[in-house]
Amino acid sequence: MTAREIAAQVRSGERSAREIVDEHLVSIELLEPEIHACNLILVEEARAQADAVDAARARGDELGPLAGVPIALKDNLCTHHVPTTCSSRILADWRPPYDATVVTKLREAGAVFVAKTNLDEFAMGSSTENSAFGPTHNPWDVTRVPGGSSGGSAAAVAAGYAPLALGSDTGGSIRQPAALCGVVGVKPTYGRVSRYGLVAFASSLDQIGPFASDVEDAALLLETMWGHDPCDSTSIDSTPEPIRPALLDGVEGLRVGIIDELAGPDGFQPEVLAALDRATTVLEAAGAKVDHVGVPSAAYGLSAYYLIAPAEASSNLARYDGVRYGLRVPADGVAEMNAATRDVGFGAEVKRRIMLGTYALSAGYYDAYYGQAQRVRTLIIRDFERAYEQFDVLLSPTSPTTAFPLGAKAGDPLAMYLSDVCTIPTNLAGAPAMSIPAGLDAEGLPIGIQVLAPVLGEAVMFRAAAALERGLEFTARPKLLEAR
Amino acid sequence: MAHRITHEDVLHVANLARLALTEREVDEFTVQLGAILEHAAQVEALDTEGVPPTAHPLPLVNVLRADVLRPGVDRDEILAAAPEAEQHRFRVPRILAEDEA
Amino acid sequence: MTATESRVEYEPVIGLEVHVELATATKLFCGCANEFGAEPNTNVCPVCLGLPGSLPVLNERAVEFALRVGEAFQFTVPASSIFHRKNYFYPDMPKNFQTSQFDQPICADGTLVVDGTPVGIERAHLEEDTGKSMHVGGSGRIHGADHSLVDYNRAGVPLMEIVSRPEIHSAEQARAYVSELRSVLEAIGVSDVKMEEGSMRVDANVSIRPVGQEKFGTRAEIKNMNSLRSLGRAVAYEIERQRELLEAGERVVQETRHWDENDGRTHSMRSKEEAYDYRFFPEPDLVPVAPTDALREKVHAEMPELPAARRARLVEEWGINEHDADVLVADAGLANYAEAAVVAGAPGKDVVNWVTGEVLGFLNETGLAVGALPLAPDGLAELVGLVADGTISRSQAKDVLRECLEEPKRPKAVVAERGLAQVSDEGALGATLDGILAANATTVDEYRAGDDKVKKKKRGFLMGEAMKALKGQGNPQLLNRLLDEKLSA
Ligand SMILES: [Mg+2]
Ligand SMILES: [Zn+2]
Repeated sequence: MTAREIAAQVRSGERSAREIVDEHLVSIELLEPEIHACNLILVEEARAQADAVDAARARGDELGPLAGVPIALKDNLCTHHVPTTCSSRILADWRPPYDATVVTKLREAGAVFVAKTNLDEFAMGSSTENSAFGPTHNPWDVTRVPGGSSGGSAAAVAAGYAPLALGSDTGGSIRQPAALCGVVGVKPTYGRVSRYGLVAFASSLDQIGPFASDVEDAALLLETMWGHDPCDSTSIDSTPEPIRPALLDGVEGLRVGIIDELAGPDGFQPEVLAALDRATTVLEAAGAKVDHVGVPSAAYGLSAYYLIAPAEASSNLARYDGVRYGLRVPADGVAEMNAATRDVGFGAEVKRRIMLGTYALSAGYYDAYYGQAQRVRTLIIRDFERAYEQFDVLLSPTSPTTAFPLGAKAGDPLAMYLSDVCTIPTNLAGAPAMSIPAGLDAEGLPIGIQVLAPVLGEAVMFRAAAALERGLEFTARPKLLEAR
Repeated sequence: MAHRITHEDVLHVANLARLALTEREVDEFTVQLGAILEHAAQVEALDTEGVPPTAHPLPLVNVLRADVLRPGVDRDEILAAAPEAEQHRFRVPRILAEDEA
Repeated sequence: MTATESRVEYEPVIGLEVHVELATATKLFCGCANEFGAEPNTNVCPVCLGLPGSLPVLNERAVEFALRVGEAFQFTVPASSIFHRKNYFYPDMPKNFQTSQFDQPICADGTLVVDGTPVGIERAHLEEDTGKSMHVGGSGRIHGADHSLVDYNRAGVPLMEIVSRPEIHSAEQARAYVSELRSVLEAIGVSDVKMEEGSMRVDANVSIRPVGQEKFGTRAEIKNMNSLRSLGRAVAYEIERQRELLEAGERVVQETRHWDENDGRTHSMRSKEEAYDYRFFPEPDLVPVAPTDALREKVHAEMPELPAARRARLVEEWGINEHDADVLVADAGLANYAEAAVVAGAPGKDVVNWVTGEVLGFLNETGLAVGALPLAPDGLAELVGLVADGTISRSQAKDVLRECLEEPKRPKAVVAERGLAQVSDEGALGATLDGILAANATTVDEYRAGDDKVKKKKRGFLMGEAMKALKGQGNPQLLNRLLDEKLSA
């Protein structure tokens, strides 16, 4: 059931919010042992929120747009007094004294928080295997990864834990797991959604975005949480153009560019490229003009990203030192305590990226690494701007492959990083992009197609995504759910 | 091309980053960071002569806050979350090395 | 080595880094109170505690203050300035990086004229302060302490770091530079510049070189000077220490040295051999500061008069001397007090005499701030008026003022209470004089017969008798005139 349907039922009184949340909590209990999408299931909190919605309705109060809709929150979003762990030992027991701005907005909209979802520790990873609390399994095939880092949120929506979930996307952490789990995932324009209360990974790249089972639900959630926030200096101070009014306007005359650099053949699964062809056909049939476009510097996106993101992360994660909150490993001397705490508290991938970023910023290497990566970033922005002179939206696969087996890339960080090759360039450009399901491969695993748009181009991006969704008619569900 | 990362570089960086790495981790990171940096060093090949760096994707300026008091957080709650507190302050082990203050 | 060779003349080269806390209501990046002396960890929030997920937003007032500093020292304020992160671990620093300005500061290339000599100021930039550690066990110093306790109330308080060029050449000049800098910062209202409370902190880079040599000598950085006096002493000590080293054929080591007020020496702070690597990079959570023309104009229009201009004006308008103007303007509060008294009707010269004399003496003696005086400036004007119109004498006025400085009383009320008003009635004074002259006819005769010396002596005696009869309350000018009239009659 979609969030829209649930909200309508609650508003009309057809079903109570409590009834709906209990139903979702039952599925979570049932499936969670196999999937492990959640770090924390918020049974009491969710019921209390649902009861509050029902009470408001009984009083005749105006209900919010998401009244009674269950939502799963990535466990790097601060929730007041509710543990927020980032799937790290270093924050295992931390309860924030405040709510993230998006969390506040969703509360006000009447949403019901059912879970804090698993992620790669501090959102660093592409498989949700780098979690201190164990990996999440893909609902389509539990021997495979759900993608990452927002794998828990993607799996939660795919498994029906909730119709909606929030993730964060620094280099593809919403879109890639959305693709691998067969759901819709959106990274908005940088600055569209407040980052206040999102535990930072790489500040100049991080954006919060929605997961949903269809395009319209994703639009509903995004419209509920975006907008200016004075607590985030990088928040865009203008009212966004609404998405949903034009969602069904179609793509007649829309100019669509296929990004040559992000469409194989090296490293791309043939079925993924076939899905891209299908998407092209669908859009052309709907009246769009599709052509190829070069974004030459996009090929360097991955390299630039793996200098910029770790550099910012190395600084952002310096605060986990055992002094003010979180884990402390005792030692004689404060520096020794810091180092011991960080050694025990961080997993291997986090340490790797802190090391990488510290090195990239250190004296003598700044210009060659961080400085150069920032200049490449400028080139990528310029290349995209040039592409958008000729095209309204761009298209690429979301991920070069479908979900890979758990452990397959665990020993090879570089191979893991390559799974974000298609998603990273838009983070560097600050532009929006979204993934929608476009079919299954021979093994029955979902394939995602990415729609990219220029900065602030969410409305046209969603319009193209909606047309694709209608044409592709993706209706498959994980077998796990059909078995029920 | 920046030089290839050495065992000593890894130790130096671990010290800067306050990570007490095991000898095995140091060896592993020397190899892994070497490979990642080699890939990342592709960016060095690009001609960026005269290209300004982008630190921030949006051209925002002057985001300012009025100089007005806002309530903070409850001291007891904050100190309760601290690994160790004493006299309403955060307690830390003795400061052995003289760092910059 | 011959005697002439050992008599090398050295020139000290001093650069000063001054950190001032800005007197904003809230911190640099969050809405917590910027307040001295609050209970520990009560002025904290997710932002200044560096809690996960929190983000900084720059305080508008701090930017305005920085622009005032820009105007006051003729800085160039570039079209755009940005913040960087300075990364290093320290428990006082909640994020383990300091948000500070690095290669694009808000103020570049300014000047301060110190006793007629311009001293270049390389830059002035905005940054956040750290928290404060208390060291427990041992001597309470960092070394030998058992553990430390951290209070983050000060973490995130806005600072301006003002870095002079190495253009200062003596301990006295260093002191004068900081004194003038302090007066200017106080005058423009951006800081309360209290070295004792740490709202103004000075580090000195000191080196010496043979006179005529271009190349700088090796410098030592001196920290922990918390008054102008200790700054002067520390720099003088350090210059002397380096001179002795060089004269003994030894080398100066580049290091940080700690000034010890008690033994009057600087001590080496043994630091780790490893050089600091701060890994500066642009702060991604903040956007550039690009002061608009409107903001620049607003700041310009609001700029108060600077101390140098004020001194010149007071000398010109009140006819006071340079020294009095220096003393008065060195304390903006005192100068404001004096100006208010003048506005209330007293002549500037008289006011300055009282203010730089009795009033300043009282403040120094009691440690009070001028704002805490019970006597309002118009009260001082009232006192000046009582002397001018002959109601009381200057020496009586001193006592009256003292009482008004100690207790909230008006001068007229004290005069009335003590029955101090002078007898200025000509008739009454004349009658008293007549009685005195009659009772001392011999003296009067001796006066009339005597030479100048005798006249002076006899006249003095008669005047004293008259004053005695009037219990000291006779108006001296009037009495003198009447006596002369009567004696020459
Ligand atoms: Mg500084
Ligand atoms: Zn604060």
